[in-house]
Amino acid sequence: MSDAAKNEWPLWEVFVRSKAGLDHKHCGSLHAADAQLAIQLARDVYTRRQEGVSIWVVPSTQITASDPGEKGAYFDPMEDKVYRHPTFYELPDALNHM
Amino acid sequence: MSMSPDVQYLLRIGDSCLILAQRMSEWCGHAPILEEDIAMSNLALDLIGQARGVLTRAGELEGAGRDEDQLAFLREERHYFNPVLMELPRGDFAFTQLRNAGVAIWLSLLWQRLAESKDAEVAAIAGKAVKEVAYHRQHACDWVVRLGDGTEESAARVKAALQTLWPYFNELFESDAVDEAASAQGLGPAWSELQADWQTQFSALLHAAHLPQPAASAYRSGGRRGVHSEHMGPLLAQLQYLQRAYPGGVW
Repeated sequence: MSDAAKNEWPLWEVFVRSKAGLDHKHCGSLHAADAQLAIQLARDVYTRRQEGVSIWVVPSTQITASDPGEKGAYFDPMEDKVYRHPTFYELPDALNHM
Repeated sequence: MSMSPDVQYLLRIGDSCLILAQRMSEWCGHAPILEEDIAMSNLALDLIGQARGVLTRAGELEGAGRDEDQLAFLREERHYFNPVLMELPRGDFAFTQLRNAGVAIWLSLLWQRLAESKDAEVAAIAGKAVKEVAYHRQHACDWVVRLGDGTEESAARVKAALQTLWPYFNELFESDAVDEAASAQGLGPAWSELQADWQTQFSALLHAAHLPQPAASAYRSGGRRGVHSEHMGPLLAQLQYLQRAYPGGVW
């Protein structure tokens, strides 16, 4: 790690719930000295136009991500498995919103 | 210039918000990190919003046809009534956060009382401001604790800021005929009534930040009476420039 990077505050991933009942959605990341300040800065950076009613922050180091290099192996095989979509059932006319 | 006590009482509050907001806005583009830059700009805008409401109401009570813009941009230095604390130069980050913490504790006590004002306009402005300033207070106090309890450098800076700022806090609790009249007519509290609570809360902050409380200071300044420091002129020159160069200019 370079000296500059060592002097940086830790990175936090920010999740914002836009209104009660909806789930928290990832909206970005920011640097902050600790969790409490990360919440405050997230409030100022990501909710200043009434975007949210609740904020989560998670240390970015705590997130394990799938490898973009394995995208083909991970996700492409699903392309031709149309039978996994529930589109082959005949639905009664009375049933809406499916 | 003779001015009724209720107008001067409101100008003291509106000017406090306006002048501190002007100082805060000097951080725009210069804060240590982008996130804090946005945070401080947000705080300054909250204060400007509060100033707009209070100055508008002061203008209405004055009855001379002056609106918020004329009051904000076209008065002479001697006709601004903010405590000198608000006009002190921006200082470093520690100075800014410590001043903001002291002011936010004071403003939260003041807005809580003003929310019960007999003047419905003032009560409505206060009802909104109470929430804004609760956040200002949390943000600034959290910073003061982290700076005081942080590195040697940050602790030294916030200590130095406290030494400089300490005497100026006194002016927040001066009382005079203007306060007494406002208090008697139910417009708002005499500022001296807020001192005990402020002292308790500010001391708790200093304790949490490992900052020794300085000895009581006898210093009194005169911003509340329109007698300002040498820093006020340059601040007003910048604040008023556009409106004076382009009279009546609007968005």
